Parts: sequence; structure tokens; C-alpha cells
Amino acid sequence: MRGLAVLLAVFSTSSALYFHIAETERKCFIEEIPDETMVTGNYKVQLYDPNTKGYGDYPNIGMHVEVKDPEEKVILSKLYTSEGKFTFTSHTPGEHVICLYSNSTAWFSGAQLRVHLDIQAGEHAQDYQQIAAKDKLNELQLRIRQLLDQVDQITKEQNYQRYREERFRATSESTNQRVLWWSIGQTLVLLLTGAWQMRHLKGFFEAKKLV
Amino acid sequence: MWLASVALLVATASAIELTFELPDNANQCFYEDIEAGVQNVLEFQVVTGGQYDVDMTLEDPHGKVLYKDTKKQYDSYTWKAETPGAYKACFSNEFSTFSHKIVYMDWQVGDHQNKQQHVPDASHPMNVLESSAVAIGNHLRVVDDYQTHHRLREATGRKRAEQLNERVLLWSLGQTAVIVLMGVAQVLILRSFFSDKPRRPY
Repeated sequence: MRGLAVLLAVFSTSSALYFHIAETERKCFIEEIPDETMVTGNYKVQLYDPNTKGYGDYPNIGMHVEVKDPEEKVILSKLYTSEGKFTFTSHTPGEHVICLYSNSTAWFSGAQLRVHLDIQAGEHAQDYQQIAAKDKLNELQLRIRQLLDQVDQITKEQNYQRYREERFRATSESTNQRVLWWSIGQTLVLLLTGAWQMRHLKGFFEAKKLV
Repeated sequence: MWLASVALLVATASAIELTFELPDNANQCFYEDIEAGVQNVLEFQVVTGGQYDVDMTLEDPHGKVLYKDTKKQYDSYTWKAETPGAYKACFSNEFSTFSHKIVYMDWQVGDHQNKQQHVPDASHPMNVLESSAVAIGNHLRVVDDYQTHHRLREATGRKRAEQLNERVLLWSLGQTAVIVLMGVAQVLILRSFFSDKPRRPY
């Protein structure tokens, strides 16, 4: 079991992606996921220090993390410290938007921030070391558990795919209907407008005693 | 048990996929600190927006351009990190004036296949099971990959269809309004030709 207790690299030393944003900038990422899927995000924020011309850790920077579900409803909105981890589970399938912005009160974009970010969804979001320790699984059992999670996620994605295809089909049928009815409708409006014009003008000219 | 620890001490492999919005005239760069000798795969795809194209540039820590291409809808680039340091991948939408793009990016650092392999020992029956489990895991990862690609392509089509649906409605309403307005305007103008306005004596 001790073999399984290998330390997972501490976030700050693991190879994570990073990018730069301005102090007042809001950066959003889209996660299109099926329902009942867990998403975990790890981030770390550093501030540009003009003296050292590098990025350093400033514990007082706070980061807002806001997650919106496919219906634009906010499911997570929390202020974290300069280094943090956020987790949420989707209850509706679709595009979830994860937005990050610092709690800076500057009026215009001042300093540059370096944000290290790692977002994982589904079975990638699970911490298997923890699960192995909690359920006391040996390596083979852990691997099987991982396989089960992978297959479970594939099934969820397939279900979501069916739902998306249904939506796509409904959209196409709606377009088809709209094109048909609006074409008929517009032709009718055209004819009615013409008829009204003729009737109106006839009455007008008769009143003017020109006809 | 020591085999287990050997298995898990193999170089860390990480993968991150992000879908982000690239506004018009914007440039977005992502960096990764990579050690020498590590295999990397960077894949990107434009999901929605304009002509579904984006410029991508990949530079090594010394600024040498490893990959540079313009107006690509989809590409996948594999490279082995020669020098350790921060590798930079930039996506540019600077050529576009009003269409913002949604871009999907997948950056895999390290070799995921090797991550789960360890020294095979045919005498130990456990290892045959373990190898099978590893093989299944790798195949499932391929399935997951296919599903992702399918989802992205389908999202592109679906969003186009939704946009079309909306546009049909808006334009139809607009056109109907124009027809009615035109009809009324024509009548009013015609009436004004025949109106009894007091004429200026010449």
C-alpha cells in the first residue's frame, strides 16, 4: 500500500498551464459536459513585480470563481485566495462557463497577473490516491475502479450526445417549419397590402372625382 | 509492492483541455513549463465563429518558432521538447474585425501510453490482469478522445443550425414589416401628388 502513497506533486511544482490576464480582466472557459459530472479546477495566481521583472506570490490577491450552468444560472460564485481549488458537479447537461477574475478594485487594467490553471472533468477530476486510501484498494482494484469510472463517463457522454442530437433535430425541424409558414405568411401579407393599396387609392381617386 | 511504486514514479504526464472565447482582434497565449525530452501534443479546433479559422504559433523557450500557421480550422502538432523551459502557444484572431471565435485546445504533456506501463513479469499472474487493465484503460482513453472530437464537430453544426433558425425568424419579421411600411408609404406618397395644396402663383 505504501507504493500507492506516492506523493502527488504539489500543485505549484506540477506542470500546469498558465496564461496572463490584466488585473481587472475576466477570463472565461467553457466546459461542455454531461450531467452528474464532477469538474475540479486548481489555480494559482501570481502578480507581476516590476522590480524583479518576474512573477511572485502575493497572498492578498483574491480570485473570484463563478460558474454558470447551461441555463445561465450561477451554480458557484466564491472568492478564493491566491491559490485554490474549486469543484462543482453538473446537474444539467450542456455548456458550463467557468469565469475567473481577481477582486481588484482598480478602475483600469493595472498590473498583469499570471494564472496557473488546471481544469479536469469527469474521471480525470477524481483523486485516485485518496480513493485508494479511503476504500483501502490494492493497485489492481484501483485500476478496475478507474476503468469503471472511465466507462461510466463514456456512457454519460453518449447519453448527452443523444440529447444534443435530439436538440439539433428539433432546431432543424423548427427552421423548416418557420421557412414554410413565414413564406406563406409573407406572400399573404404582400397580396393583402396590394389589395388594400388598390382599394384605398380607388376610393381616393373617386373622392377626387378623377375616376 | 515495489513494482507498484516503480509504476507510479514514471514521469508525470498531464493533459489539459480548455475551450475559450477569442474576441476579434485578440491574441491569447498559453504557457507550459516543460522539461527536456518530454513528448508533447497540442491540438486545437475552432468550434464556432466567422469562417472557423484561427492563427496559431508555437514557440520554444528561446523564442524559436516550432509551428506557425494561419487560418486553420483544426490541427494537431506533436513535438519533443528539446530545451527545458516555458513553451508558448498563441492563438490569434487579429485578422478578424467582428467575429469572435470559440476555440478548443488540448495540450498533452508527457506520454500517456507509457504512464501506465511497467516492467512485465510473466511469472506473476497479477501482472497479466494488470496489463489487461492497462490496455483497456488506453483503449477507453481513445474512445474518450473520439467522443470529444465528435462532440466538437456536432457543436459546430448545431450552433450553425440554431443561428440559422434565429435568423430566419428575425429576417422574416423584418421583411414583413418592410412590406407593410412600403405599402403604406407608397399610398401616402401617391396621395401627396394629388393633394390640393395652394399653388404659388407664377
